[in-house]
Amino acid sequence: MSTTTATASPPATINATPPRQRGYWGNVGYRLRYDPVTLLFGTVLLLIILCAIFAPLIAPFDPYQESIIRRLKPPGYRGHILGTDELGRDVLSRILFGGRITLTMGILPVMVATLIGGGLGVLAGFAGGLINALIMRVMDVFYAFPSVLLAVAISGAMGGGAVNGMIALTLVFIPPLCRVAETATTQVRNLDFVDAAKATGAPLRLVLWHHVLGNILGPVLIYASSLVSVSIILASGLSFLGLGVTPPEPDWGLMLNALRQAIYISPLVAAMPGIAILITSISMNMVSDGLRSAMDVRS
Amino acid sequence: MFGYVVRRLLSAVPIALGVSMVCFALVYLAPGDPVQTLLPPDADAETVDRLKALYGLDRPLPIQYLDWLWRVAHGDLGRSIATGREVSNEIARSLGNTVLLAALSVLIAFSIAFVMGTIAGRRVGTVVDRLVTGVAVLGVSIPNYWLGIVLVIIFAVELMALPASGMASDHFDPTSWDHLQYLVLPVFTLSMIPVGIIARTTRAAVSEMMNQEFIVTLRANGVPEWRVLRHALKNALPPILAVMGLQFGTLMGGSILVETVFSWPGSGYLLSKAILTRDIPVLQGTILVLALIFVATNLLVDLLQSSLDPRIRRA
Repeated sequence: MSTTTATASPPATINATPPRQRGYWGNVGYRLRYDPVTLLFGTVLLLIILCAIFAPLIAPFDPYQESIIRRLKPPGYRGHILGTDELGRDVLSRILFGGRITLTMGILPVMVATLIGGGLGVLAGFAGGLINALIMRVMDVFYAFPSVLLAVAISGAMGGGAVNGMIALTLVFIPPLCRVAETATTQVRNLDFVDAAKATGAPLRLVLWHHVLGNILGPVLIYASSLVSVSIILASGLSFLGLGVTPPEPDWGLMLNALRQAIYISPLVAAMPGIAILITSISMNMVSDGLRSAMDVRS
Repeated sequence: MFGYVVRRLLSAVPIALGVSMVCFALVYLAPGDPVQTLLPPDADAETVDRLKALYGLDRPLPIQYLDWLWRVAHGDLGRSIATGREVSNEIARSLGNTVLLAALSVLIAFSIAFVMGTIAGRRVGTVVDRLVTGVAVLGVSIPNYWLGIVLVIIFAVELMALPASGMASDHFDPTSWDHLQYLVLPVFTLSMIPVGIIARTTRAAVSEMMNQEFIVTLRANGVPEWRVLRHALKNALPPILAVMGLQFGTLMGGSILVETVFSWPGSGYLLSKAILTRDIPVLQGTILVLALIFVATNLLVDLLQSSLDPRIRRA
């Protein structure tokens, strides 16, 4: 085991992965190819992301263009496929552009939290002892808050805004990711091949990179992917409370909040932004579940 | 058992202290000086200093924290900036409404999800199982603030069958439909996430239990299927009840969005109003109380579970 790692090319590149692991990822890909449900929801997710990226090209209207005479029109009114909002702006265009902000606010905090929380978890798990106790007890404190409450508390105290919202969400997701990484690292650390690598003089950096990270990356990434859906719902929820994105930026949660006032006039349009959140979060959950079962070696 | 209870109770003390530190620190997360929110923007430096001295904000942070903790321990959470009323009174008045909402939601979610999960867990891989799993995924994927709005559109705006928001009066009367009808939509909305989570847990627990050897033995002995199921459920129940308890604590702190949608006069709505008016004392106090309730619920669930399942005590 250690000879393959010692002779491997620069460890910072993907090429360094030993052949046996490529077989594992190959297996995962093979299983995913024969999982129609995951493929279907994965396609939906990809379409949503593409729509957000290419929003300027496909949006039929300017998402900021207001019109006094076109306020709260029903779907289908003069080319407004999903109708118009309380300021006469095209709802479809705003949903397409809103995807950029909502998806960023959902995905970025999970990515940053995976890096920080995962890093702290590996450190705690590999170092053990006092460092472990110190890190994990601090995490326990943040674990003692329900996630919605912690997100609201931090962004509420910091005074709202998209950046503060993302910082709050990052802080919400660091403790659970840290715990998952710590558990996985503690398990791997005590396995024989890690001792063997250390005994044959493999530098700590290599042991961490190949033996520890190579084995815990799967569970940590699966867990992180399951958090993205939670993060999107929470991010939109913050904007819905007036804590996240500020007007006039298009954001699904913020749109939902603004259109809520119009449920007596234009109920169908008021429900639209929520449908976007729902489809995204279902797709994300299904893809995450599919990945989990594809990466589960036991099944 | 006694030793375990004492150990578990003691382990909650540092967590509670940590929670209080986070809540204390919230004030310092706010942009600018805490005093600045109380004063007009053109206040001179001398006034700022005087007010700081008045609130004790010129002293070192650890002293300020201990001082704050001492007051909190005596039930003094400060006064609301917006209304001038005592924060502890405001919380006490709204907390009962949130307990009512969260407890009803969890109980209803449990009754639905337990049946769903049991049916799915006995027939893993069948159409019924996929259906239940699908509903469970929907339950955790649906943004409940949106579901609340949709339900208001359907039942309050279009059908005019149920009230859209609020509560009949401050004194809730469980025998009167006039009072109960205000609960229907918020409770249904809030129960969606626990339905998804409890159904998943039940399905996993029951399907695992059905593969156990003692079930095979029971069947081999000719025990009727309904009694086999009773044995399986009895053994599967503790973890499901634990999840249900944890969900209650989560809903207590997580009902803010649903309470805002329905203007339900609970602690979440209080918090949401405090955010809009930047009423930091109310924000801080409410979050502290809700987080401590969450810690207490988790503790209680742990203790109850260990009394149901002696194996946990040894771990």
